[in-house]
Amino acid sequence: MNQAHAILVDDWHAVAELDFLRSRGAFATALLDVGLEVSCGGPDDFRVLRRDTGAPLATRVEYGHLFTTLGEPARDLVHFPECHEEDRIRVTGGSIGVNVSGLRAVENFLDMGHFPFVHTGYLGIEPHTEVEPYEVAVTEQDEILATACRFFQPVASPSAEGGMMVDYVYKVCRPYTACLYKSNPVEPERWDVIVLFVQPVGEERCIAHSWLAYLPHDLDEEATRWYMQLIFAQDKPILENEFPKRLPLDRRAEVPVRADAASLAYRRWLGAHGVTYGAIPAA
Amino acid sequence: MITLYDYELSGNCYKVRLLLNILGLEWKTRRIDFHPGREHKSDWFLRLNPLGQVPVLEDDDLGLRDAQAILTYLAARYDRSGRWYPAGDARTLGEIAMWLAFAEGITATASAARLAENFLYDLDVDAARAGAHRLFRVLDEHLWFAEQEGRDWLCAPGHPTIADVACFPYVVLSEEGGVSRMPYPAIRRWTDRFKRIPGFTLMSGVFPAGAAV
Ligand SMILES: [Fe+2]
Repeated sequence: MNQAHAILVDDWHAVAELDFLRSRGAFATALLDVGLEVSCGGPDDFRVLRRDTGAPLATRVEYGHLFTTLGEPARDLVHFPECHEEDRIRVTGGSIGVNVSGLRAVENFLDMGHFPFVHTGYLGIEPHTEVEPYEVAVTEQDEILATACRFFQPVASPSAEGGMMVDYVYKVCRPYTACLYKSNPVEPERWDVIVLFVQPVGEERCIAHSWLAYLPHDLDEEATRWYMQLIFAQDKPILENEFPKRLPLDRRAEVPVRADAASLAYRRWLGAHGVTYGAIPAA
Repeated sequence: MITLYDYELSGNCYKVRLLLNILGLEWKTRRIDFHPGREHKSDWFLRLNPLGQVPVLEDDDLGLRDAQAILTYLAARYDRSGRWYPAGDARTLGEIAMWLAFAEGITATASAARLAENFLYDLDVDAARAGAHRLFRVLDEHLWFAEQEGRDWLCAPGHPTIADVACFPYVVLSEEGGVSRMPYPAIRRWTDRFKRIPGFTLMSGVFPAGAAV
């Protein structure tokens, strides 16, 4: 088994969606193969204990989730300014377990090529299968940024009516945290934002937590959640049928095509940061 | 107008959507925030269904809970072909009732395993999987013998009934609970036939006939 690298140990990870935790009271989960007991003593009283040592772990509450760390976080949670804009619908998407490496889940999140085949009738439709070239760069904050992504989508958002060309920006902030900005049909100068916090339970099991910050036009929380889960549940069987279940970082392992630029950048970036947990390192 | 209290990722709700589509009926959807909102346990919903479960169907002044009950009602009331629930055919009705009860067993096992894997329910997932495999062996054998006798469906007539509709969803979603259908070739042939029924519709996690997954 790969040891979790410091970049993962010394960072914050979402381990519970707050509404879910409040309704359960307590439950067992795991982070990087370390068993955890997550509990809720009151509406805003949350605790995380290591099951092996009984030691309490530091917690943070943000984005509708409880975050914890196994080490000494060298940096704060990722900051998403849109998530603090009062006029948005800000809601969790509902945490869903997936039996695959969390790195695969992030990579799938970055991939537009599968839209017409997996999200047929929603995020894509044949014959609009072409992914036009887009820009990928690593920013000064050491984030992967994919810009100028465009795709034709039949039902681009929970409130969309009729197909449209949609602009996307993708950002990978941490190995297991990514977000996407999607042009809003009503307010094209602002973006709808979806953040994916992947909890690496083990190397081949993850829980996908998400936080949505949508512009409110014709939307409510339920519709926003419904759409997120509809889409994610289409990805889940594809992800669980990935072979191998961990993400190969060797660039020769899976032949890249032009459309995979973000995926390629992600794999290279993981390799450069020495992330091996949930991955098959390049030889 | 028919109203369905629905959750997209529920196999039991999918049963009802399937039959509504197959029968070509129109209906209104009231979506329930099942996960993580637990709206099915809210006060207003418990007044509708004290068991706190989806689906619930309303038609005129009738309110029904339980997917199998809803399938029975919809077929008996709206199926003009008289095939999906053949009233008056005692033998077939008996078989249908038997397989509707079997569908409850699939919900208690294969669906429970899926709830644990997908939605983080705290339950004995190994026991749920073992139970699902016991039922799938029975189902596979039944379908294999049916095929030998030239029958494609669960019950005696040469066409599908609501018994097939009731059993299909949590069988076809079983991989999400870690219950492989590889050992059950007759089940796999049956799910493929089911996907070719006119009016068949997909849900997230279910792929069209002939698709790779
Ligand atoms: Fe997807």
